[in-house]
Amino acid sequence: MSRVHVTTTVNGDETEFLCDPRETLLDCLRDRLNLTGAKEGCGTGDCGACSVTLDGRLVCSCLVLGVEAEGREIGTIEGVAQGDELHPLQRKFIEHAALQCGICTPGILVAAKALLEKSPDPTEEEVRYWLAGNLCRCTGYDKIIRAVMDTAAEMREAV
Amino acid sequence: MSTDKTVTAPVDTELRSDPPVTDRLMRADQDRSGIKGAVHTDLHHDSAIKHVTGRAEYCDDIAEPAGTLHAYLGLSTRAHARIRDLDLEAVRSAPGVVGVLTAKDIPGVNDVSPTGLNDEPVLADGKVEFWGQPIFAVIAETRDAARRAAKRASVSYEDLPHVLEPDAAREADMPYVTPPLTLKRGEAVSAMENAAHRIKGRMRVGGQDHLYLEGHIAFAIPGEDEDVIVHSSTQHPSEAQHMVAHVLGVPSNAVTVNVRRMGGGFGGKETQMNLFCAVAAVAAKKWNRAVKIRPDRDDDMSATGKRHDFVIDYEVGFDDTGRIQAVTGEFAARCGFSADLSGPVTDRALFHADNAYYYPDVLLNSHPMKTNTVSNTAFRGFGGPQGVIAAERIMEEIAYHRGVDSLEIRKRNFYGEDGRDVTPYHQTVEDNIAPRIVSELEQSADYQARRQAVLDWNAKGGIVRKGIALTPVKFGISFTATWYNQAGALLHIYSDGSIHLNHGGTEMGQGLNTKVAQVVADELQVDIDKIKITKTTTEKVPNTSATAASSGSDLNGMAARDAAIQIKDRLTAFAAERWQTEAAKVRFVANAVQIGDETVPFADFIREAYMARVQLSAAGFYKTPKIHWDRATGKGRPFYYFAYGAACSEVSVDTLTGEYRVERTDILHDVGRSLNPVIDKGQVEGAFIQGMGWLTTEELWWDDKGQLRTHAPSTYKIPLASDRPRVFNVALADWSENREQTIKRSKAVGEPPFMLGISVFEALSHAVASVADYSVCPRLDAPATPERVLMAIERLKG
Ligand code: FES
Ligand code: FES
Repeated sequence: MSRVHVTTTVNGDETEFLCDPRETLLDCLRDRLNLTGAKEGCGTGDCGACSVTLDGRLVCSCLVLGVEAEGREIGTIEGVAQGDELHPLQRKFIEHAALQCGICTPGILVAAKALLEKSPDPTEEEVRYWLAGNLCRCTGYDKIIRAVMDTAAEMREAV
Repeated sequence: MSTDKTVTAPVDTELRSDPPVTDRLMRADQDRSGIKGAVHTDLHHDSAIKHVTGRAEYCDDIAEPAGTLHAYLGLSTRAHARIRDLDLEAVRSAPGVVGVLTAKDIPGVNDVSPTGLNDEPVLADGKVEFWGQPIFAVIAETRDAARRAAKRASVSYEDLPHVLEPDAAREADMPYVTPPLTLKRGEAVSAMENAAHRIKGRMRVGGQDHLYLEGHIAFAIPGEDEDVIVHSSTQHPSEAQHMVAHVLGVPSNAVTVNVRRMGGGFGGKETQMNLFCAVAAVAAKKWNRAVKIRPDRDDDMSATGKRHDFVIDYEVGFDDTGRIQAVTGEFAARCGFSADLSGPVTDRALFHADNAYYYPDVLLNSHPMKTNTVSNTAFRGFGGPQGVIAAERIMEEIAYHRGVDSLEIRKRNFYGEDGRDVTPYHQTVEDNIAPRIVSELEQSADYQARRQAVLDWNAKGGIVRKGIALTPVKFGISFTATWYNQAGALLHIYSDGSIHLNHGGTEMGQGLNTKVAQVVADELQVDIDKIKITKTTTEKVPNTSATAASSGSDLNGMAARDAAIQIKDRLTAFAAERWQTEAAKVRFVANAVQIGDETVPFADFIREAYMARVQLSAAGFYKTPKIHWDRATGKGRPFYYFAYGAACSEVSVDTLTGEYRVERTDILHDVGRSLNPVIDKGQVEGAFIQGMGWLTTEELWWDDKGQLRTHAPSTYKIPLASDRPRVFNVALADWSENREQTIKRSKAVGEPPFMLGISVFEALSHAVASVADYSVCPRLDAPATPERVLMAIERLKG
């Protein structure tokens, strides 16, 4: 099958890649652009391990085609820290030990960041339901929820 | 996550500790402080920064060499059938396909049975015994091409009769996949006849899919001669190595298996990865190119084993106070088409059928039934939870019969002193802290007042009913296959003072590497960031046991400590000689060595030791003392010690729909003297939620043809962030200390808290019982899905 040329912006950098028109954005990120932070947990939009943002909107990259990235802005876990400086969410996840095997962590951080951008002062209920699309089989979620609440509080203080 | 393989086990081999090793390990902990990452301190996971930045490398993230091929499995679509004809022409001719593998292409033995029973082919040969069994593998240039091609096979079957359920298998006289076990003490039958009251019951307990977020994966790279390197996400690299060698028909020394980290394991990657490793390795050798295999989620769930479902028939005899006089139990398990780990899993169910309670006369039988389903395997708790839930059901039965709070019945039946301290397998319970844990939790969770509030609420007769339950757990620690209780470690100190540590355990998120590094940091008194833990590899530490049975830090921590002590002893002798003093005046202090009055920085000291030709590398070893087990007589001490815990959960149930939510859970759990409290608490929380999922929303559902219909997270529902209890209080019993000489007096943590989820199940049962004014114990099977809860309510309403 002939490949399609895609020009897009990933984490602020303009990027190009060639892909099969049937290829998912997740596979393009992982296999074409070597951005392996997003993971495939299910491939059907049910686990959130592949979460990225597309023009600021939280999506499952396993449900988006690579070609749909044309001209759009993609945000992945690799762009969450600024160089060596971790995002407050990343710091709080470490501080609260909100991860175990860590494979859900990139997706959860991308999702949580999208939440805090939309809703800087979420209730715990809101956090729990927002993250209900991101499965974590290890932690039982408690430390994750606490880490997100704590980050939100810290970020509100900082502004 | 546990393993205790048995079957043809040499039995009753009392482990005699080799004195030098034991001596080294039993030395009293010296007073230490001042380093980063000491034991008993909170320390984050060693990969945490990589996890949060997306840089942690999992097997699928390893850069692929040019020319890497991808394998995909073709699965059966019959539960039991002869394969009349296997036509793979369309597969072979599909775009991008390089070739296919069938049973005939296996160069060695077509078998990955971990027990040596030779009952588990890599690729089906002539017949299939469950829906989803691998029949062939297709190898293609891309994963997508392989996946599409696999669908083009045409297989013609001749159907054979199939049996899915364990009770149906017993009725149909299906064989056992492995010999059953009997545990017996006293005369249960006559004691039952003489008991004041008797209850008989049956409970079905569902299985559970692991749903590790990272599925199965293996990536094989061919080497020269017979060599092959396999990167994989396995909990048991040594077994994968031996199985790959067996399937390739080469000695084990030709095969290297590497595991950097897993995206979750929970027991599902203990034996089940062998097949994937074998297929990747066979293809890699055949085409002399790197080959990766990663099934999609649906195939992963259809083709790999799960927690065993059980049908449990119990009878209990008890006196007027609710104290048990006799218990009998028949535990029939859905083992699937082959033995896999079903022997030790069903054994462990019996070992835990007493939970924390004394049964004066007892008779327990396991029935490891062959069924035409995927071969069930290890899953956190390893059969133990299915035993524990039977004990807890029995407590509930007695409580409703006597009209007494079930917590009171539990307390009356706890193990105790004076002859009430022997288990059905004749091990004496020496470390019983269940009563203390339960009474502390009863206080801290305010159980009595809240129970009264629940009763008052339900007395109003509304649609939403509440329920509350407080359940304990006692869990035996050790592989019941005694020989698995050994571990090795390899420690190098380089001449610049940096340290390289390797051990036989695998990292699946449980923080094992962090804990083992803490042990070494503590022993050598160096900051933990001086220690690098690398991937687990069969090249460095051979013949390791699975990272399972919660034993990871108990075993590997001790082995690493042994290695550190050996080097330390050499360094001490060197210092005494070089500084002309006694060994007693040499002390390892924070990042330095103190020799008499002089303090030498660690790196400088190591440099001097190197110049003086001191060996700075050691292989450590450990084997658990005291344990022995004779399966034939059902007697011994299979467990080195027990871990304890308790949980109290409160739920609300909508009696019109059966929907429910967990309002509050309080947990008090025993990890001895925790090596790392924050990591241990994380284990407790995660295990509880997973246990809750097992008993509530996670339903494995096979249709009558034997096809698993809940084979992806779209239909198989694990707990979500929104399901976490509204109020969730988790504490470690900080006063607890292991009475055995375990690593720093800690206790294993991986599995025991899984069974705390039973408190949610019994709280649901309590809410259901309220519709009939608690007059009968509800018939509730697990998982208690909203549908089952609703049906239980409807039955009680009559
Ligand atoms: S992989 Fe995309 S949601 Fe699971
Ligand atoms: S930390 Fe393992 S899935 Fe979340």
